[in-house]
Amino acid sequence: MAGSEITSTEYIKHHLTNLTFGNHPVHGWSFAHNAEEAREMGFWAIHVDTMFWSLGLAVFFSYFFYKAAQKASSGVPGRLQNFVEMIVDFVENSVRGSFSGKNALVAPLALTIFCWVFLMNLMDLIPVDLLPYLLGEHGLHIAHFMRVVPSTDPNVTFAMAFGVFLLILYYSIKVKGVGGFVGELTGMPFQTDKLWLKPFTTVINLILEGVNLLAKPISLSLRLFGNMYAGEMIFILISLMYSAGWVMGIFGGTLQLVWAIFHILVITLQAFIFMTLTIVYLDMAHAEHH
Amino acid sequence: MNINLTLIAQLLSFAVFVWFTMKFVWPPLVKAMDERKAKIADGLAAAERGQHEQVLAQERATEYLHEAKQQAAEIKARAERQAAQLVEEAKEKAQAEGARQLAAAQAEIEQATNKAREELRARVAELAVAGAEKILRREIDAEAHKDIVEAVARQI
Repeated sequence: MAGSEITSTEYIKHHLTNLTFGNHPVHGWSFAHNAEEAREMGFWAIHVDTMFWSLGLAVFFSYFFYKAAQKASSGVPGRLQNFVEMIVDFVENSVRGSFSGKNALVAPLALTIFCWVFLMNLMDLIPVDLLPYLLGEHGLHIAHFMRVVPSTDPNVTFAMAFGVFLLILYYSIKVKGVGGFVGELTGMPFQTDKLWLKPFTTVINLILEGVNLLAKPISLSLRLFGNMYAGEMIFILISLMYSAGWVMGIFGGTLQLVWAIFHILVITLQAFIFMTLTIVYLDMAHAEHH
Repeated sequence: MNINLTLIAQLLSFAVFVWFTMKFVWPPLVKAMDERKAKIADGLAAAERGQHEQVLAQERATEYLHEAKQQAAEIKARAERQAAQLVEEAKEKAQAEGARQLAAAQAEIEQATNKAREELRARVAELAVAGAEKILRREIDAEAHKDIVEAVARQI
């Protein structure tokens, strides 16, 4: 829907700007009118579109599963229950396969992550211009900016990964104790009996293990963010073709179809990877190495 | 693309939703699934037991049937024997009855013959006497020749 008066760059930029509400140094608490204003708001700003869609999807997921859980019985399951149980069974198998400890949190955590990430990714399959158009200037006039795929917002992926990271730290310390955890960070992989060598190995180990530890949440969040951002970017680039004549339009339509079908695999895979890695990281946090 | 308050809000909502799932979604679902698993296992075991029992019952039924057949054959043989015996007895009885009736008839016949002979004898004597009387009336006295006439009559 790139109108004749805006350029491709503006079109892409518009699509990549969140609906931001925050404290602007000049305008005070208000919605940002463009990307620059959003940046100037600094930390004290909130992406309303991201919050709306992610919370909406999470509420949808919670309500859906809560309803199924309320009606769950050991009798013959209905369709809803069958579907929900299929997912639960899948998650439970994944947890049982990767997580050796005993923790009542891990499986529900994995289920939440899988379903939530999947639903957020699923928003990517809605044509990129549909919702912004309906809610924007030409439609309901609600919002100037609208990014409907929450997992393309690094805030979302970093928040999830950070939550997992906190759990990793919590369970590492809970299971191994502070001493055990510090020992794990400093006593590996280089070990020595000579006292004068100890400080060197400790520092090197701390650097290596620290990177190892920090890489977990960063890789977790960047992998999801990167995949979804790139996927969305390609959808946006494809939709640029619609403004370049009907030949390009048909070609773009075909491309969009192909990319969307391929993307079904990507969004499922990304949700699965996020869940599996969370389980694995928590399993490592529970494991005694020595 | 900016990192801002959204991060904190997302982190909090993430925690809330995980808590919700852990509290209200996961346990009832897993419980129901485990219960159903147990039920199915029980059902399968019961089915297997039933099948086993059916095989046993069938064996028993076959056995009963076999026994019943044997008994029936025995009863039949016994009945046949008895029937033959009855027929034999009846035949004997009939023969005996026949013989007895024959004997009775013969005796009756003999009696009748004897009686007839007696009567005839008496008549013949009378006739002879009458005849002789007629002859002798002309010739002789009946009283005088009576012994001769009787001797003749006795020879019949």
